[in-house]
Amino acid sequence: MRNFARLFGEIDATTRTNEKVDAMARYFASAEPADAAWAVYFLSGGRPKRLVPVRRLAAWAMEESLIADWLFEESYDAVGDLAETIALLLPESLESSDLPLHAWVEQRLLPIGTASEENQREIVLDAWRSLSGNERFVWNKLITGSFRVGVSQSLLIRALSQVSGIAQGVISHRFAGDWRPSADAYLRLVAEGSESPEASTPYPFYLAYSLETPLDQLGPVTDWQIEWKWDGIRAQLIRRGGATYIWSRGDELITDRFPELVAASEWLPDGTVIDGEILPWGEGRPLPFAQLQRRIGRRNLTAKIRSEVPVVILAYDLLEIDGLDFREQPQSSRRVRLVELVGEANAESRILVSPVVNADTWNDVVGARNEARGLGSEGLMLKRGDAVYGTGRRKGGWWKWKLDPYSVDAVMVYAQSGHGRRALLHTDYTFAVRDGEALIPFAKAYSGLTDAEIRELDAWIRRNTTEKFGPVRSVKPEQVFELGFEGIQASPRHKSGIAVRFPRILRWRKDKPATEADTIETLRSLLASTL
Amino acid sequence: MSAQLLTITDRGLFCEQGGFYIDPWLPVDRALITHAHGDHARWGSRLYACSNECERVLRTRIGADQNITPYGWGDGPTIEGVRVSFHPAGHILGSAQIRVEHQGETWVISGDYKTEPDPTCTAFEPIRCHTFVTESTFGLPIYRWTPQSETFADMAAWWGRNREAGKASIVFAYSLGKAQRVLAGLQDLAQGDFYTHGAVERLNGDYRDEGIRLPPTTYASSVSRTHDWTGALIVAPPSAAGSTWLRRFGPASTAFASGWMRVRGARRRRSVDRGFVLSDHVDWPSLMDAIDATGAHRVLVTHGYRDPVVRALRERGLEADSIASRWEGETEEDVVPAGEAIAE
Repeated sequence: MRNFARLFGEIDATTRTNEKVDAMARYFASAEPADAAWAVYFLSGGRPKRLVPVRRLAAWAMEESLIADWLFEESYDAVGDLAETIALLLPESLESSDLPLHAWVEQRLLPIGTASEENQREIVLDAWRSLSGNERFVWNKLITGSFRVGVSQSLLIRALSQVSGIAQGVISHRFAGDWRPSADAYLRLVAEGSESPEASTPYPFYLAYSLETPLDQLGPVTDWQIEWKWDGIRAQLIRRGGATYIWSRGDELITDRFPELVAASEWLPDGTVIDGEILPWGEGRPLPFAQLQRRIGRRNLTAKIRSEVPVVILAYDLLEIDGLDFREQPQSSRRVRLVELVGEANAESRILVSPVVNADTWNDVVGARNEARGLGSEGLMLKRGDAVYGTGRRKGGWWKWKLDPYSVDAVMVYAQSGHGRRALLHTDYTFAVRDGEALIPFAKAYSGLTDAEIRELDAWIRRNTTEKFGPVRSVKPEQVFELGFEGIQASPRHKSGIAVRFPRILRWRKDKPATEADTIETLRSLLASTL
Repeated sequence: MSAQLLTITDRGLFCEQGGFYIDPWLPVDRALITHAHGDHARWGSRLYACSNECERVLRTRIGADQNITPYGWGDGPTIEGVRVSFHPAGHILGSAQIRVEHQGETWVISGDYKTEPDPTCTAFEPIRCHTFVTESTFGLPIYRWTPQSETFADMAAWWGRNREAGKASIVFAYSLGKAQRVLAGLQDLAQGDFYTHGAVERLNGDYRDEGIRLPPTTYASSVSRTHDWTGALIVAPPSAAGSTWLRRFGPASTAFASGWMRVRGARRRRSVDRGFVLSDHVDWPSLMDAIDATGAHRVLVTHGYRDPVVRALRERGLEADSIASRWEGETEEDVVPAGEAIAE
């Protein structure tokens, strides 16, 4: 635990990726495989669910530090993070435990969830008394299921590759899918050679950056394969050894959510892996994403919901054919084989090839993008004809060129302080549009301002608070912001009757008075334009 | 009690009987100054009084030609029957608590203070009083300082690693007080040469003139542009963070030294490579101990986490109230007074 907490501290203390990678490499170079396995699990975002109710932890922390509940609350408000508040309040410990990470996790952390309250208390207090500073913080994060650390999976894999000498691509393929931590699993991850993993293992997804090069500098348009960008669940459909596996981009196995796709995939030859987008589908076009969310949210996948929200997978790419890794083949060849394969399979119209956009000039591409919203697409993908299927987010081979988001000018009406890095500042804002004299709240946004703007706005909020409800302040409705969002839907659950997707602040409109903010009518007409 | 010995007015904390203010934020006739930080020592009053140790830095801050009368520790003027005396507060060089006594009633105004020893100023002394006016900058139990010897050892280790990595080390610290404390704390752990920003260098001179032992420092802007900064430690005010002035140092690791660095969110928001917990204010346990040591039955709490401190004191059976001032203590933002411009 001590070394892992030190590693966490080192990663947390720097914003430089090289230093993070070096810190991880140093850790893995000396860690026992059983510990390294858990480190890989946690660093890659693995999180046991919250194991102990937060309220209990808070109560034990107050007892242990002899602090009244109101003072605990005040402290929590200032820190913005429960695990950290507790770690800061507990009296200094006198001991320092040598127990290795895997023992902490396997003998204490994991069993604690099912232990009796009395046993939980014993384990937690014992941990607090035998861990110091940062170790306690990490422990608290783990038991509250909120452990996060600022490294991406690709940095982790870089560090593992640095330590083991195994190529990053090999490690990331071994790691893809539902990797479970154990000493053996860790050793397999960094083992010599390039053995392929089990049948269910997906390939790492290739991800695109947003287009940053002007179109006319991309070369002839004919060098590019232009596709629609769909807003569904990016997924890999794997058919191997007579079985089907569907993985989401979040490395979640979602096979049983989509029995229709499993049935359709039986028409595919063994040893096939397709990259595509799962979409709710009706009358030859995508249904609103919210429909898919509704279906995913159901615990029981009833026949009713299946018929209400039919799904298809629009295939983008072919990663494996006849059991052979096809990713190094050029984009154009993969496309040809994909069309052949899916065409032959004739899989009940559940597996479709995502159409390409025919363009003779870049102007045609611009024109197509303008039509995207009408087709239920969120923009275009530009894929170079000779691009390989890369690993993770890489520049050059693929670009995404999304539509500009919808935008409206809205008035800030409530503010709330943030958490973590922004705990002492008001960073969560609620925005309203005008409806006659009234203001109708319709969106919350957390991001889009610079740190300097956040500080300036925070100072304004403190001076212009009209009412406080706990952490939430009502403020004078004077500040106008241009909000961008990706989608808009009717929603009876919201007071405005409208729900927007991924709202964010585009600009602080200091030039605009609240009286010139947009109205509810503006939102309604945006909604109408999407139907 | 019929009239309060001291009351808060729109100009500052006022003693009507004596006709003087303590740390006024607007110009007044007679100002008693606890210490020379910008939120406590404002320019423009007619007469100033402060501790002997404070005079030099106060003149640097508010002007050499100001009418300032300095007093030794334990000493001070008697004005209209009100006996005033200055007592060390241990916050920065010359920082004082001001004791005010009239007809057997005693108040002590702490200004900013810490009880931890600090080689750059005279140590805090608890003074018995009836009413104690205390700061509360770090008045929450989450604020608990690690021993400064550990902090300085960590800093020196960080400096050494930067040196090995071919980098300069830049420490952001308030130019008056914290900067000199960092220099003094590192002088026997030095991993290379010390350099300073102009705002820091000027005050270093004052500290040395007051007999404070600091390591040799060089004003960074006076060094050739082609200088190799590897292994150097540069002390600069926080407002220099992100400025073009830093470019000259080439590859560098940055750190901020402040009590706020105890909390991860504050550390991360600073966007420095390291946050070192080093404060010139009392932490929670020292705050409670310091209040106890005054024997005061009434405590007035100013700038900082006033409400929690008031409530905690009331729960301990003391009479406590919060008073609003424009003092800021150690703000998370910068407190560089006007005229101490960063663009050099």
